[in-house]
Amino acid sequence: MSQAKTSAHLRVRRYSGSARINHWIVAICFVLLMLSGLSLFHPSFYPLSALFGGLQIAREIHPWIGLVLVVAFLGLFIRFFPQNLPETTDFVWLARLRHVLTANDKFLPEVGKYNAGQKFVFWSQFVLIGVMLVTGIGLWSEGRAYVEELFGFTTTIEQQRWAALLHSSAAVLAISVWIVHVYAAIWVRGTISGMTRGTVTGGWGWRHHRKWLRKEVESGGAKKVA
Amino acid sequence: MTNSWTDIKNADVIWIMGGNAAEAHPCGFKWVTEAKHHRGAKLMVVDPRFTRSAAVADHYAPIRAGSDIAFLSGVVNYLLTNNKIHTEYVRHYTNASYLVREGYAFNEGLFSGYDEDKRAYDRSTWEYEIGPDGYAVRDMTLQHPRCVFQLMKQHFAPYTPEVVSRISGTPQDKFLRVCEWVASTANGERSMTIMYALGWTQHSHGAQNIRTAAMIQLLCGNIGIPGGGVNALRGHSNVQGITDVGTLTAAIPGYLALPTENEPTLESHLAKRKFTPLQPNQTSYWQNYPKFFVSFLKSFYGNKATPANSFGYDWLPKLDVAYDCLRMFETMFQGKTNGLICQGFNPVMAIAHQKKSTAGLSKLKFLVSMDPIETDTARFWENHGEANDVDPSKIQTEVFMLPVTTFAEEEGSLTNSSRCIQWKWRAADPSYEAKPDIAILADLFMRIRKLYEQEGGKGAEPLLNIAWDYANPLEPTADELLKELNGKALADIRDAEGNIIRRAGEQLASFGEMRDDGSTDGSMWIYTGVYGPNGNNSQRRDNSDPSGLGVYPNWGFSWPANRRIQYNRASADPQGRPWSEAKKYMYWDGSRWTGPDVPDYVPTIPPERATGPFIMNPEGVSRLWVRGLMADGPFPVHYEPFESPVENPLFPKIKGNPAARVFATDLDVFGDPKEFPIVATTYRLTEHFHYWTKMVHMNAVMQPEFFVEMSEELAREKGIKKGDMVRVWSNRGSVKGKAVVTKRLKPLTINGKVVHSVGLPLNFGFIGETKKVAPINSLTPPVGDANAQTPEFKAFLVDIEPVRGPVA
Amino acid sequence: MYPPIANPTTEPTPPKFGENDLIRRSASTVTPPAQRQTEVAKLVDVSKCIGCKACQTACLEWNELEEEVGVNVGVYDNPHDLTANTWTLMRYTEWENPETNNLEWLIRKDGCMHCEDPGCLKACPSPGAIVQYSNGIVDFIQENCIGCGYCIKGCPFNIPRISPVDNKAYKCTLCSDRVAVGQGPACQKACPTQAIVFGPKDEMKKWADERIKDLKSRGFENAGLYDPPGVGGTHVMYVLQHADKPELYAGLPNNPKISPVVEAWKGLSKYAGMAVLGLTAAAGFVHYILQGPNRVTDEDEQNADRLAGGNSQ
Repeated sequence: MSQAKTSAHLRVRRYSGSARINHWIVAICFVLLMLSGLSLFHPSFYPLSALFGGLQIAREIHPWIGLVLVVAFLGLFIRFFPQNLPETTDFVWLARLRHVLTANDKFLPEVGKYNAGQKFVFWSQFVLIGVMLVTGIGLWSEGRAYVEELFGFTTTIEQQRWAALLHSSAAVLAISVWIVHVYAAIWVRGTISGMTRGTVTGGWGWRHHRKWLRKEVESGGAKKVA
Repeated sequence: MTNSWTDIKNADVIWIMGGNAAEAHPCGFKWVTEAKHHRGAKLMVVDPRFTRSAAVADHYAPIRAGSDIAFLSGVVNYLLTNNKIHTEYVRHYTNASYLVREGYAFNEGLFSGYDEDKRAYDRSTWEYEIGPDGYAVRDMTLQHPRCVFQLMKQHFAPYTPEVVSRISGTPQDKFLRVCEWVASTANGERSMTIMYALGWTQHSHGAQNIRTAAMIQLLCGNIGIPGGGVNALRGHSNVQGITDVGTLTAAIPGYLALPTENEPTLESHLAKRKFTPLQPNQTSYWQNYPKFFVSFLKSFYGNKATPANSFGYDWLPKLDVAYDCLRMFETMFQGKTNGLICQGFNPVMAIAHQKKSTAGLSKLKFLVSMDPIETDTARFWENHGEANDVDPSKIQTEVFMLPVTTFAEEEGSLTNSSRCIQWKWRAADPSYEAKPDIAILADLFMRIRKLYEQEGGKGAEPLLNIAWDYANPLEPTADELLKELNGKALADIRDAEGNIIRRAGEQLASFGEMRDDGSTDGSMWIYTGVYGPNGNNSQRRDNSDPSGLGVYPNWGFSWPANRRIQYNRASADPQGRPWSEAKKYMYWDGSRWTGPDVPDYVPTIPPERATGPFIMNPEGVSRLWVRGLMADGPFPVHYEPFESPVENPLFPKIKGNPAARVFATDLDVFGDPKEFPIVATTYRLTEHFHYWTKMVHMNAVMQPEFFVEMSEELAREKGIKKGDMVRVWSNRGSVKGKAVVTKRLKPLTINGKVVHSVGLPLNFGFIGETKKVAPINSLTPPVGDANAQTPEFKAFLVDIEPVRGPVA
Repeated sequence: MYPPIANPTTEPTPPKFGENDLIRRSASTVTPPAQRQTEVAKLVDVSKCIGCKACQTACLEWNELEEEVGVNVGVYDNPHDLTANTWTLMRYTEWENPETNNLEWLIRKDGCMHCEDPGCLKACPSPGAIVQYSNGIVDFIQENCIGCGYCIKGCPFNIPRISPVDNKAYKCTLCSDRVAVGQGPACQKACPTQAIVFGPKDEMKKWADERIKDLKSRGFENAGLYDPPGVGGTHVMYVLQHADKPELYAGLPNNPKISPVVEAWKGLSKYAGMAVLGLTAAAGFVHYILQGPNRVTDEDEQNADRLAGGNSQ
């Protein structure tokens, strides 16, 4: 804010409107799934079910939200997966994780649109959501013939048990990753505007994604704003 | 039952054959499990199928349907040749010692006196040799070549284990184990009960099946003792009651005979029923027949029955032939019947050869169905596709349906297999317009009688003279009717000394109080005592059992005379001492007969008088030799069912029962074994009650659909898999159902030939909650037992094939 | 004969157990009652069972359940499986005993075993949807049920079923409503041969001993009681002719216990999961406290501007 007041600085477009909408659909779904899922996961989270009007409703809508999330996440995946492919700098970056955590940016390599941590979030959620999708269908189907009709398979009880174990384990990991994701967005100031306004400051780009910034500047994607 | 349900717990060996007690009588079956649990009793089951009774049995032996006599005769032979009989019992309590008159013969399957044209016997050579004193001649050493015992040895000798196995398909070891277990009770220390049902009666030789079983029990000394007996398991809660009350066409209540055409007078009727004792000092209780008969007439015709008019004997119908169900439908089929009233009767389902039944019903002017449910019969005219393929436009029969109350909506008594009459109270109001049967019949009677009174008509006297002294003539109560069955004194009744034992107007306490002079009434002597001077004894509910033998003397009322075990005098030896402590029941205490039950004997006759324990018989003993009392022979013989896959292996010249009746119209309906090689048998399922509960949702859930049980071998041969739709057909009809492929049915080797069997449950029809199917009796043959005319539902021939293509 | 249970009085009687007699409650902790009620048990004597299905119909009637009329699929079992309405089911197995060459038709009444350590209850995420009374009865409280089907995964016997009508789980209640007023379950009442008896568990075990002795005397050397210790014993027990091979009886599990997967799911994963989540959140918090926000500096902005300027102008 103060920067904006003093003078016009460079702002760089980071996410398009549709990408942002897509992201926030995923985000809202994720939070709802987390709240409803946790209330089913452990009795101490049971009060969360009140947010949905009771555990019955929480159980009933959880899988449907899950389906929405999967579709939405697929959108994000298609959008972003090229930028999330691993690069050699990712390993350097990871090797210097200590400097990442202590914000000693000068010791870090220049990174593109995503650093290795973000890529980790991306790929781990991709895998975990996949696991939860498959196991979730197995859990969902119980007593709901339409699910079996929809997906065309039935599960044994032993498979369902594994599904339950894997689903909850994957969920725990996914939430942990989500915590990292949210925390990083908060800790690294200037990040959230990328997902709210669609742009970040040039300084943010310079500091965290210099390679990306250079590319953006080269392609004219960066401009000064008043 | 000679004994009672509760008495089964006293048995050491329980033999179920010709029945499936666990499935058809699950509640009574508890006494089998009691005997097993507390006495270590052994249960054996002989059946074409490994049934649910077999599932809890200690021994199971398979048998080909319809070959029971061969099996049972084999047991008789085993007992005789191995001398495993209760000798003293046989000597003193059976007619083993009686000499049969000269002239009796048995050759190649036929007894002396056969008339092939009439398909009937002249039975005169089947009688005893009568001595100069007028009594039958006996040889107590049982050695005389013409004594019953020696004739038996001779008659049953062919039934060796090898022959039994050849005819019945029962493996010899399994057959012999049955013999050994039977023999283990031939000693007075242990007892065996035989439980049978329609698996024995529904054959062209059904009555002889039961007779052979009775012979086995007599040889073992198992009649009249606790845990013994030949026990008919009746298939309805009150079928014993309807038999007792005389709904058989040739009987009037209490097993008295309905007069025949050649008995024009009361005297001529009674003259044939003198029951002169065949030994000195015998009770020959049927000598009281006139008392029972006259009391019946007094009940029927009241004040109109006087000595002058032979108590209204002329008004009774006189039979030309017996009108059993097969004959009823035969006459209907011939177009000789105008109307039929079915009261709790579903003949389309129940009578053999359904196509003929339906054709008969189609020729009626009217059909009345009195039933709590809509029966298949009431809708016989309706097209139900393959399940009932008729053309309604061609059927002109007018059908009336009169809804009647169910058992719980009316009060009355039920008589169970134990002969125990138990009152039931009304538990619910009648549904909709339903009325009790009594009310409908009474209303009908009153209307018809009124028409006769107003308009007159031929032969109206029986109707006009009937006593109808009910408080409400339009609705007599069950209480009034039971009272009437019991009978009352119409004048003061005195004993031999002249003491008044019953005042005029009082209910009779026992049939011993009945008189033949018109001073008592009572339309069913065997029930007398059920509603005595002390009130309605069928309402008694005292479940105390002082002896611990399951007698329960004050629970309801068991006819006759509240006796729980019949022939119970035979539980003691000729000196009046129990055969053993283990089987102690009725005994002579020095001054009278005593024990936990009502003695089946005059209680004061001392043992010295050598009065036999079988007091109904003029001999005083039981009959191994049945004289001329059965149409098809004094001894049982193995005949094949009318439809059988093999010729008679024992008597090749005679296939089916030579004395069984076949109507001329039915001669061409029997199937050839070449065309129909598979033996079929029908039965009910425990989940259903006959043709009624297919109307009930919950029962339909338990067994929803007709099925065909078959062995894995047969299924493989025909390319049938479990759950496939299959078609079964006989020379008379065709049905479709699901295949139940099971290890519980096995192909049997009969006379060297592999014979397959299928099992066909009978509960399914085209009306109700269960899946629609043609009645199983569209397959069964219209031939009946030579004595009882019970149709041969239990053994006939079919073929089977898988049904390919879409299944609805 | 096992002494029959007397009919109840027509006067309304207060239930003998209820809310205050719980020893377990799903997804919640309960204070167990000071005094545990006598443990009850239903003993199903397979060797006395004639497969008449009276128990099945009594169950439907007492519990006012309506099952659909199905079809025959080539066996006597009808319906073909337990459903939300069929809480007990006769299962028929034909087995040729290789030792005796005799065919045995093993008929087992299937239904909830009322485990002392109920897997369904352990798996249930909804507080109070599954309870266990101190007499051992495990009961589903449908108003708390969320229809997740976790009980099915928890059950070692494959018993609970979800109703497609109201999406809630159902199973045998051991007629807790009848037992509460001193009666036995409806199936026991209806059983014509006393193949089902009901009473204190100790007495049932004694009764079973007698039956086992009888069966051994008839050549069933391996006759025995099925009261599997893996689930802490059950409150529905079987007398089996072949107790060494319970799986013969339509797959009755040999030594059943709550699946290790379920144990991991409801044990390890729950605690480990909470720990992982807690630690992750805590790590973030601590990091923030120590490190403070990672801010973009003016220098960064100027560098960026310079980069852009160099390029665009």
